[in-house]
This record gives sequence, C-alpha cells and structure tokens, in this order.
Amino acid sequence: MSSERSDRVSINGIALEVRRRGKGSPLLVLCGEEELEFDSPWLSDLAQKHELILPSAPGFGQSERPDWISNVDDLSYIYLDLVEKLGLKAVPVVGFSFGGWLATEIAVKDDSFISKLVLVAPYGVKLGGPLERDIADIWALPPADVLKRKWHDPDKGKRDFPSLPEETLRVVARNVESLARFCWDPYMHNPRLRHRLHRIKVPTLVVWGDKDGIMTPAFGKSYAGLIPGAHFKTVADAGHYPHLEQPAAFNAVLEAFIG
Amino acid sequence: MQAWHFTEMPYPHLPPLDDIPSIRVTIPSKHYDPKIGSDLYNRYLDEHLIADELGLNIMLNEHHQTATCLDAAAPLMAAILARQTKKARICILGNPIANRGDPIRIAEEMAVIDNISRGRLDCGFVRGVPYEIFAANTNPTQTLERLWEGVDLVTKAWTTHDGPFNFEGRFVHRRNVNVWPRPYQQPHPMIWITGSSDYENIKKVAGRGYVFATFLQPHDKVKLMFEAYRSAMVERGLPNGAGTAFMPLVYTADNETEAERGAKELCWYLQAKTSPQFRNPPGYVGIDLNVKALQGAFSGRTDAVRAKGMEYLRDQGILVYGTPDSVAKQVKQFYDRVGGFDHLLMMQQAGFLDHKSVVSSMTLFAKEVYPQIKDLPRTKPAKEKAA
Repeated sequence: MSSERSDRVSINGIALEVRRRGKGSPLLVLCGEEELEFDSPWLSDLAQKHELILPSAPGFGQSERPDWISNVDDLSYIYLDLVEKLGLKAVPVVGFSFGGWLATEIAVKDDSFISKLVLVAPYGVKLGGPLERDIADIWALPPADVLKRKWHDPDKGKRDFPSLPEETLRVVARNVESLARFCWDPYMHNPRLRHRLHRIKVPTLVVWGDKDGIMTPAFGKSYAGLIPGAHFKTVADAGHYPHLEQPAAFNAVLEAFIG
Repeated sequence: MQAWHFTEMPYPHLPPLDDIPSIRVTIPSKHYDPKIGSDLYNRYLDEHLIADELGLNIMLNEHHQTATCLDAAAPLMAAILARQTKKARICILGNPIANRGDPIRIAEEMAVIDNISRGRLDCGFVRGVPYEIFAANTNPTQTLERLWEGVDLVTKAWTTHDGPFNFEGRFVHRRNVNVWPRPYQQPHPMIWITGSSDYENIKKVAGRGYVFATFLQPHDKVKLMFEAYRSAMVERGLPNGAGTAFMPLVYTADNETEAERGAKELCWYLQAKTSPQFRNPPGYVGIDLNVKALQGAFSGRTDAVRAKGMEYLRDQGILVYGTPDSVAKQVKQFYDRVGGFDHLLMMQQAGFLDHKSVVSSMTLFAKEVYPQIKDLPRTKPAKEKAA
C-alpha cells in the first residue's frame, strides 16, 4: 500500500485539494471529470514507481469554485499558480479527458515546467464544421448510450450510486455540476485553443482508446497533428478512459514515453 | 380570488405515445401537420376570447421543441390577445428570462403589450423547466441567478425615465438601456415568479412584492410554499396587489360522469413523457437534491402522478373536477388547506379535450363556480415571523 496524503493549497484565496500518492519520480496527474482515478487499480500501480501529484480542479473534489471561474481557460491560470506554488520543475504531466483539456490549456500558456506531456483523450478542440459532432453530446444522449460510448465494456462504467456514502455522492454531484458550468457552451471545447496548440514545444504523446465512442481515434489523431511533433498511440479494447479499462497496456505506453 | 383560463396549446395528434421516446426536445416536426396546427392555434385563441367574454382572466406560457405546447413565443399570443380581448387581464407565466438572454428585448415586448392592452398585462418570469435548457442551450447551472439579474434589469429599465443607463452584470452587459415605450401601468406591470420548494427564493419573491405561483403540486407542499411567502410578507410588509397563485387541472360539468370524462382527457398532460437525460440537466438543481437523486430518492412529478389514480389527484388538489358546486367545494377546501391563495390558474384544456367541452366547462365555471369563490379573502401576511 502506497502512502497517501491530501493537502489544502491556497491559490490567490482559492483552496485547492492536492493529493499525493506513492514514491519515486514526480508525475503531475490531471484527473478526468469523474475523478474515477482515485480509487482505481491503475493509480495504485502507477504509485509504485512515481510520486503522484493529484490536484482537484476548482469545483471538483474538495476544491473551491469561486463564481468568477467560467471555463477551462480560467482554470489553467489557477493551475499555473499552483505549479509555481508547488515548485514543480521539469515534471511530466498526464491529463485525462477533461484533465487532458486542462493540461493542454496550461501547456499552450507555459510549458516551461513540463518535461513531457501526455494527453489522454483530451477534450478541448473542435475540428469539424457546425453540423459535425466531433465530440458526442454526453448531456443530450440517453445515459445508456453515453455509457456505451465511454466504455468498451460498459459494465466497467456502471456505478452503484445508492451504495456510496453521502460524502462521496456530494463530490460526484458537484463534479457533474462543475463540468457543466465550465464546458456546456461552447460544448467541451475552447474555439481559441486549436489556434494556440502550436505553442506547445515539449515532447507530447496523445493516447486514445481505440473504441472511444465520445471522440473517435481518427479525431484524436487529427487533434494530435496540431501539436508540433506529437506522437499518437491507441490502446486496444479501451473506450474514453483507456487507463482505467486497460491499465497494464496503458502504463506500458506511458512508461515507454516518460520513463 | 381571481380565476385564469389556461391551455398549453397542445398538439396531441401524434403517433402512439409509447412509440415516441420523448414528446419534448427531440420529437421530430414531421409529426406536426400545419393544417391541423393552424386550426389549433386559432381555436385556442378563440377559447381565450371566450374566457374574456365570460369574465375570466387569461394565462399564457411558452415552451420549446415540444408537442405539449404550440405556444413557442408567449409574447406573440399576448400581443394578439391584448388587441382582441376587452377586459381580461393577460398573464404571461412566464417569460423564460434565464434562457432568452436578452432581458431588454423582453422589457420592450412586455411594455408594448401593456400599452396595447391599456394596462391589462401581468408579467411573469420563469427560470424555465429543466428540459428547456436543451432547446435554449443555456448553461444549466446558475439559472436562478440569471433569472434575478434579468428581472432586476427589466424593472430598472421599466422605471428609468431620464434617459439611458449602462448595465454590466454577471451575465448580461447592455449599453444605453433606454426602453421605449414605458409600461402603461405605473410603475410597471405586476411581476409573477414561479417556483416550488426553494423557500428562500419564495421569500425573495414575497419581499419584492411579486406574485408567487406554483403548478400541479399536492396541497401539503403548496401549504409550505405559501407559508414561506406569507412569512416574508411579515418581515417586509404587505406588498400591494401581490399574492399567491396555484394551478390545478380543472374541468366543470353538469354531472359527475361527464366531469370525470373531461378530467381524464386533461390527464393527457400528465402522461407526457420526456427522456431521462432531459429531466435533470447537470447542475440545474442544487447539490443536496442531486445527492438525493443519486441515492434513488428522486422521482419526477410525472412518474409519481402516473402511478396514482384520478381520485388521488383530486384529493391532492392537482385535479379539480365535478359539478359546479363540487368544483367550488374542492377549490375552497384547497384554499383552506394551504392557508388561502389569490389566483386560481386553471388548465382547462389539455390533450384531445375538444372545443365544445372546453367552452362548456369554462362557461359553467364562470357562471356557477366563480361567484362562489370570488370573494374569498386575499392572502394575508403571517401573524408571526416564521422560525
């Protein structure tokens, strides 16, 4: 069992929850919008080799969400302050889904603290025209359909909410609310972001589940193509969360890149 | 007690409802036949004209992307009726100000209607029911905050008569606000706000002297809402002309058998189903309610109602039907149970309920029920400050 601690870090008056887990070389992890990572075997495996730094974004986990924060662009500036406060230097960064978008928004502004950047099925850009759905509408599709699109094996995505403690459910409900607050419109992207991707200078790997039904691997490859020199890899038999569905295969890809 | 005639202006001529995943948001417009629809629009407007002749007031609402409500723009219907009716007050309940995004345009529309009707407009504002979020594509969080910012901007615009002001709020920025015409009623038309179990918000409505309205809720819940309203009136004084409003489905007939038939037709409205993802958009309700939803406690009004019969609905005051004396008795019973209220908003048409039946029910209500309830005392402030 790897050690875990949770700190409250104040950034310009906003208290953020920052978990730390494991021992080894530091790795900054920006979780997905559901923060499913915390209880996953994937994270425990990774903590064997790395000191994982796991902040919760404002509005997620126990982190505060002041009213003025409206979008992921706003969040990225808070993270730049956080990185400075934590004194992170030459650290690899991995971000998943919403966290991948956040990592991208951070990197286009300042990637000087990042040694290597790993973006896993990140939201954040739209490439097609007004009538093209690059990103499946998770809020307008029937929930069962969303589950199938998100998971190669939908059973893995099912959660028995009534069995969870109320405290956990409060976090779940707040995460859902915060995602909607920041990402409703424009839906899951920042129209400016694609025009900033050229600013990313650090080695970058984009990873996609080959069965991702939220955003196709083909879309992911095009997204990666806008980041100078970025590599693109798929993980077999995985949906939108390849690290959670195929932890071993995913970690192999991750370690090969950052190791 | 003021009585108001209301229909959502439904388009019920659809394939079997079991074959349609959702009657709202996603229902394709291929199911709408313009020939039938245009007749319906004119018929529903005719019924409002009859309400006017019968001495009833008129309530209008709007919804979007739904066969349950062909009135996609309440100000248009209100504008027609402002010109075509003579005496009735016309209440839009309400303008979805949190979704429309341009409060000043609403202020202008309402001021025009108030002038054409020579001061017969009551102006409701709503934050919009959950599924409306998808048609408007407004952020599902902070709907209440957007509602109040919009209402405050509208009232400021209506009551500013010395030239333009700029407004830079949390959600709306406008330059050179200078609404023409000013409203006919001074300082402005009565404002109505809808709600359900958010008591703090109800107190805010009362404190500002606005009417609070709630729809199709059981009497015990309505009592708590109206108590919250009355308690705030104590704290902040009795606002002139404000009060409380409740909407049940209402069908009045000569005999119980016919009343039951009409009431059954009205229940079409309660059967209308919406896909689950549209019922509770993310962050539309607060964390506490969403925790309960995750725990499985949440069941929508429609589901609860579907499972229970007409007798239950009648006992709760949600469905009022019977002979004129019976309807009067039911309204009075509800009045007593909730501690009094001021406006009876009657959905007297829904689903396939035909013109002849609706007119018959409205007429009986106006002639034989209304006189029995008209003089029920208005809402009074609570005697003691609520705990």
